[in-house]
Amino acid sequence: MSQKTEKLIDKKGLRLDGRKPDELRPIKIEVGVLSNADGSAYIEQGKNKILAAVYGPKELHPKHMALPDRMVLRCRYHMAPFSVQERKSPAPSRREIELSKVIREAIEPAVFVEYYPRTAIDVFIEVLQADGSTRCTSITAASLALADAGIPMRDLVAACSAGKIEDTIVLDLMDVEDKVGTADVPVAYMPNLGVITLLQMDGILTIEEFEKAVNLAIEGCKKIYAMQKEALKAKYISVKEVEE
Amino acid sequence: MSTTVVRVKQKQIAQLIAKGKRLDGRGLNDYREIKVEQGIIERAEGSARVLLGKTEVMVGVKIETGEPFPDTPNEGVLTVNAELVPLASPTFEPGPPDENSIELARVVDRGIRESKAIETEKLCITPGKKVFVIFVDIYVLNHDGNLIDASALAALAALLNTKMFNYEIEEGEIKIKPGYTALPVRKHPIAVTFAKINDRLVVDPWLEEEQIMDARLTITTDDDGNICAVQKGGSGYFTQKQVFEAAQIAKEKAAEIRKKLGW
Amino acid sequence: MPTFFERRQLVTPGDLLAEGDYVAGENTFKEDDKIYATRVGLVDYEDKKVNVVALRAFYIPRVGDTVIGTVVDVGFSGWTVDINSPYFALLRASDVLNRPFKPQKNDLTEVLDVGDLVVAKIVSYDRTHNPQLSVNEPGLGKITRGQIVKVTPTKIPRVIGKKGSMISMIKQETGCHIILGHNGLILITGKSLEDEELAMMAIHKIEEESHTTGLTDRIFQMIKREKEKREVVKNESKD
Repeated sequence: MSQKTEKLIDKKGLRLDGRKPDELRPIKIEVGVLSNADGSAYIEQGKNKILAAVYGPKELHPKHMALPDRMVLRCRYHMAPFSVQERKSPAPSRREIELSKVIREAIEPAVFVEYYPRTAIDVFIEVLQADGSTRCTSITAASLALADAGIPMRDLVAACSAGKIEDTIVLDLMDVEDKVGTADVPVAYMPNLGVITLLQMDGILTIEEFEKAVNLAIEGCKKIYAMQKEALKAKYISVKEVEE
Repeated sequence: MSTTVVRVKQKQIAQLIAKGKRLDGRGLNDYREIKVEQGIIERAEGSARVLLGKTEVMVGVKIETGEPFPDTPNEGVLTVNAELVPLASPTFEPGPPDENSIELARVVDRGIRESKAIETEKLCITPGKKVFVIFVDIYVLNHDGNLIDASALAALAALLNTKMFNYEIEEGEIKIKPGYTALPVRKHPIAVTFAKINDRLVVDPWLEEEQIMDARLTITTDDDGNICAVQKGGSGYFTQKQVFEAAQIAKEKAAEIRKKLGW
Repeated sequence: MPTFFERRQLVTPGDLLAEGDYVAGENTFKEDDKIYATRVGLVDYEDKKVNVVALRAFYIPRVGDTVIGTVVDVGFSGWTVDINSPYFALLRASDVLNRPFKPQKNDLTEVLDVGDLVVAKIVSYDRTHNPQLSVNEPGLGKITRGQIVKVTPTKIPRVIGKKGSMISMIKQETGCHIILGHNGLILITGKSLEDEELAMMAIHKIEEESHTTGLTDRIFQMIKREKEKREVVKNESKD
């Protein structure tokens, strides 16, 4: 446990950045920011700055790695060396490898992989600055990049974390809250089908606290989902307004 | 040898599950037979071998001394590694750890770490300078499904079997004394994994069930029924209802296993 | 039986478009009686059919389509052509050469080499093999001059316009010969570079504003203004 006994929630019930327990960090989303990628999105969530890009679908070489009846989805989650307080080595860490897997498994259910056999889609996520719950922000961005690339999807995937800090269940953990708090529950959600595509937890929670955290995270996902839709429509709407 | 499940068998398995039964006669919430042996590798400070049905996992614990992590200067260090040994399955290739072995190690690690199973405060030798480092190495020897639960059991059994050498500090140096002390373990976290097949949840999937499942969910609970780790895997999904049902079942199954093993 | 949007409204993947006895058209899917969008685009309700005209999509080959592609590889029996699609297309040597064919690589690179542009037709394609091309028709074959413009393939119909109104207007006003590839590539050949650039400008504007109305008129006005600007510049440089 950290030596500092800094209070994460003050007497007024506000967190270190002034948020209420069920409040999201400020979010800024931009879709279609890279000219080379087939699809891309950039998100700022609190101090998180994350860029996602999609290349594909394209034929998969070597051919033996392709699947005859569906598309292969590949995902790489990577943190820039300058994204964290202490410089991180550019080589993929075990954490990045695990996150690449769970992120891929969070967005794959949304993609109609059966539509394009023998092809592959590459999803690249670069964390330029990290401040907690980066896998959630990454999933939100990757989902938009896929839609921007024109890849047919069942739904967008929105992700958000919840956790427990000093006996309170809170939404959207920052890094300090994750490190010092008692539990972290990242969740990814497809609102149409009402299903969870990413779910992890580390810490200690009673079953009731766990249920509360999951439900709160899903509420966060729904709010983020609405922002994703607005961001996708944004560039088309602005042109429409010019004409009217 | 092909590892794809023949379509006819896939249907068979799925149809049975819809009726609440499984191909090997188990109920949806039943584990396969669990066998635990401890102390099989004398060279290791602790060891165990678990057979979960035909899945076989061996864990060896080695203890060394080293520097503590900067934010926990008075605590010992735990590190968990897993190897999907090529002889365990036609699908395991030799080489550096892939995403599956890394995920396996990290999920087992989380269960032990977050439940505070090991009393790491008692592993401090010289505060801020020297602590005991516990290496838990998971060695999968035969893959017949549900490596996570088998590995978590084997890791815990090995830790419960682990003995640390007695020592004293003489002129700033560690001097080994005769005798051993058991590694201080205070909790018994148990991982329970579910597979989702045709919208039903089954506990402890065997290999063929794993090959046809849409997704898996692992929930690790401690002796007090608290959840200390959760991991969803696979490219499918779960509803909230399924997740919360699984949590209750995981708590019950973990308690059953602890009772059965006398933990 | 409800529909949830108005015609030509902007929708995103996962938007519920209709519920009940409807048929899932382009860029939609049906689950349990509900029809959802799979891509960002404009929704359209045509009797019982629900379509989404995608604003962002890639080209999936269709038999009969005219496409423009780049040769990326020369093999022993033909060429591999990049048609801006997830799948590479194949152009058989036997299709191009009208004489008995002897498999020697030299022969082929003299006809078409890596980097060459071709206009071709898709003669066969299904889920199990890559699209096959043919150049055995007038107007098809190697491209030797002109400018290439790339647009999102779903916007090609907009570039054509109702009954060809948009494309005929552009051809007329710029004096350019224009070949539209269904894969989103457009070949413009004009009498001068300026004419070609004018046509390219028009097409870029269509790409950006394809989801708005009154576009044909606006493009016409834009071309007129540009031509007038150029007249002024020309006259000024004469003085």
